[in-house]
Amino acid sequence: MAIKDYIRERFFPHIWCPGCGHGTVMNSLLRAIDSLGMSKNEIVMVSGIGCSSRISGYVDFHTLHTLHGRALAFATGVKLSRPELNLIVPMGDGDALAIGGNHFIHAARRNIDLTAVVMNNRIYGMTGGQYSPLSGYGTLATTAPYTNIDYSFDTVKLAMAAGATFVARSTTYHVQQLTKILKQAILHEGFSVVEVLTQCPTYFGRKNREGNAVDMMESFKKNTTPIGSKAKVENPDLIERGIFIQKELPEYCSEYEKIIKRAMTKFET
Amino acid sequence: MKKDNIKFIQGNEACVEGALYAGLDFFAGYPITPSTEIAELLSYRLPQRGGKFIQMEDEIASMSAIIGASLTGSKVMTATSGPGFSLMQEALGYAIMAEIPCVIVNVQRGGPSTGIPTHVSQGDVYQARWGTHGDHAIVTITASNHQDVFETTVHAFNISETYRTPVILLYDEVVGHMRERLIVPKKGELPLVKRLRTSVKEGVDYHPYLPREDGRLPMSDFGGVHRYNVTGLFHDMWGFPSDNPKIVHGLLRHLVDKILNNVNHITRYKEYYLTDAEIVLISYGSSARSANHVVFSRRPRGERLGLLELQTLWPFPYDLVREKCSKAKYIVVVEMNMGQIMQEVRRAVDHPEKVFLANRIDGVFITPTDIRNILRLIQGKGV
Amino acid sequence: MAKPKLKGHLINPEWCKGCGICVHFCPKKVLELNDSDKVFPARSSECICCKLCELRCPDFAIEIEIEQDEQ
Repeated sequence: MAIKDYIRERFFPHIWCPGCGHGTVMNSLLRAIDSLGMSKNEIVMVSGIGCSSRISGYVDFHTLHTLHGRALAFATGVKLSRPELNLIVPMGDGDALAIGGNHFIHAARRNIDLTAVVMNNRIYGMTGGQYSPLSGYGTLATTAPYTNIDYSFDTVKLAMAAGATFVARSTTYHVQQLTKILKQAILHEGFSVVEVLTQCPTYFGRKNREGNAVDMMESFKKNTTPIGSKAKVENPDLIERGIFIQKELPEYCSEYEKIIKRAMTKFET
Repeated sequence: MKKDNIKFIQGNEACVEGALYAGLDFFAGYPITPSTEIAELLSYRLPQRGGKFIQMEDEIASMSAIIGASLTGSKVMTATSGPGFSLMQEALGYAIMAEIPCVIVNVQRGGPSTGIPTHVSQGDVYQARWGTHGDHAIVTITASNHQDVFETTVHAFNISETYRTPVILLYDEVVGHMRERLIVPKKGELPLVKRLRTSVKEGVDYHPYLPREDGRLPMSDFGGVHRYNVTGLFHDMWGFPSDNPKIVHGLLRHLVDKILNNVNHITRYKEYYLTDAEIVLISYGSSARSANHVVFSRRPRGERLGLLELQTLWPFPYDLVREKCSKAKYIVVVEMNMGQIMQEVRRAVDHPEKVFLANRIDGVFITPTDIRNILRLIQGKGV
Repeated sequence: MAKPKLKGHLINPEWCKGCGICVHFCPKKVLELNDSDKVFPARSSECICCKLCELRCPDFAIEIEIEQDEQ
């Protein structure tokens, strides 16, 4: 398949557990990239730390595996320094929204042209199954043995409130929608956030009796619905999938180019 | 005669001038007293030359952003003080591990914690050495006057590029904020080290972490023809994570040896009257200005004082210090902390019992009088 | 446009981890796991080349090869 061209085959089979949704996200992401016809040398993937962030080791782009929570800050430096590059930033839910929460809202506020992919499996998988800010009230985890009393973020609302100009959500079940959304997110000139509901059968699934990978994907199918659907009206607890916002606002790097022009004109060498 | 290369400016501005002279083209920072002027000046000067400035949301983001920018080929810098420097430690360790050239300015203020933002100290010396976790080596450079601030800033960029390492410029609030004359050298007067880029052609296997025969590591810009991985995990020569004991051992040794084996090349210092000195003062940063004054005011009276002004604090020049102090009766380290460099001097010299500390830790600048009083005590003359 | 005709299921047993996602979500129940928990096409004649197995596989272990159309 054409997308095999985009992976570093010598590291396969990858380290993700059987049935881990992250592999499916990588699959959809590479298909989205393939459909855009960009040169591999134009793409920089910057990830944080965690199971999701291991994705950068498996793809044949310029890859930067950074620190927990800091991917967007590193990516900002890469992008501002070389705005013509295409920046894709896959992160975990804890990575992006716990330790990385501050960098998340500021990257959104700046509307800098990065594509943030929040691979939300509602758990800290790499470290053995601790709860994350996306786990949700009443769930179980190794650090919430009596059930979690933390309520979770709504990633979409958070991203929109922070100023992201492209915000979308899909799941590892809805792969065709996911690929389409990722393609549009990458094309969008501004800060894009794609939240992907992905399954961690090993920890979240097991601790919370959600079954295996297949069962969890069936839940994604059952518990989500397109934005504004009749089903959502009838059952407000359903999670909406689709593109929530897509608007054109001045992008950070192009605004800075204007600053440079002004500064250079005013300043006579 | 028009002399617009002579400026009367703050030390922070002298640092900015040095950085621009060295080719700085990307700065990310966060305001913190007493370093803020560096960010303000660069926000104005960088875009004038097509460079990029960004004020990030915190110091962690600032350090992270300059690493990202450096990988695309930019010469990068950030500036902060104690509390911000503490925040930067994790990312600083990343730059060490991933061998990313960058310059970090810490204009020291009173600490620990919030301390005294507007007053001087030299309390971050050991933090510069060991602030980030794990075994590692680091280069830390300081200066006592604006001409040296300029030159050490250029030197920092050169060392950073030569050894693919972060370099810390450890100045202090007095040097940062005081005003003094700076003569900006002409273009070409000071040597500049360019980024060493790989000559490996497109399509040929490029190893980002395979040293050349001379020990240098050619880089390849992100966005260029070679796609590779950069990580803070221990890694092989292709940049991919590894926990193989041979690789881990080899990489750690390489990271440390590349600095420690080049102490002579990295070390900068100034010496005054050391050849016949009975009392050797060792100092650095703004303290050295007072130490210098004591030496020059006492020499005409026949007192055999000498000064070794260190500009490179790490890697500490043990051999140099041992040699320069070998004939001294007393060695007095002058600094504004509780004896951080004094401890290193004690380790360096043949007779550590001869090493004394002349210090001040109350936020007030150490004066020649303070030093003279302590010298009298040491010599048993009473105050 | 003629319906895509299946040439074959290209399966990499070294990469397949037997998660069962492709098996369960195949609309025509073409796939099964063998005794070593690796996927194989039990009823390839039923395959409609929807490629959902290939799209959903987390391990890049299955690929649907389509017969090139004779135009």
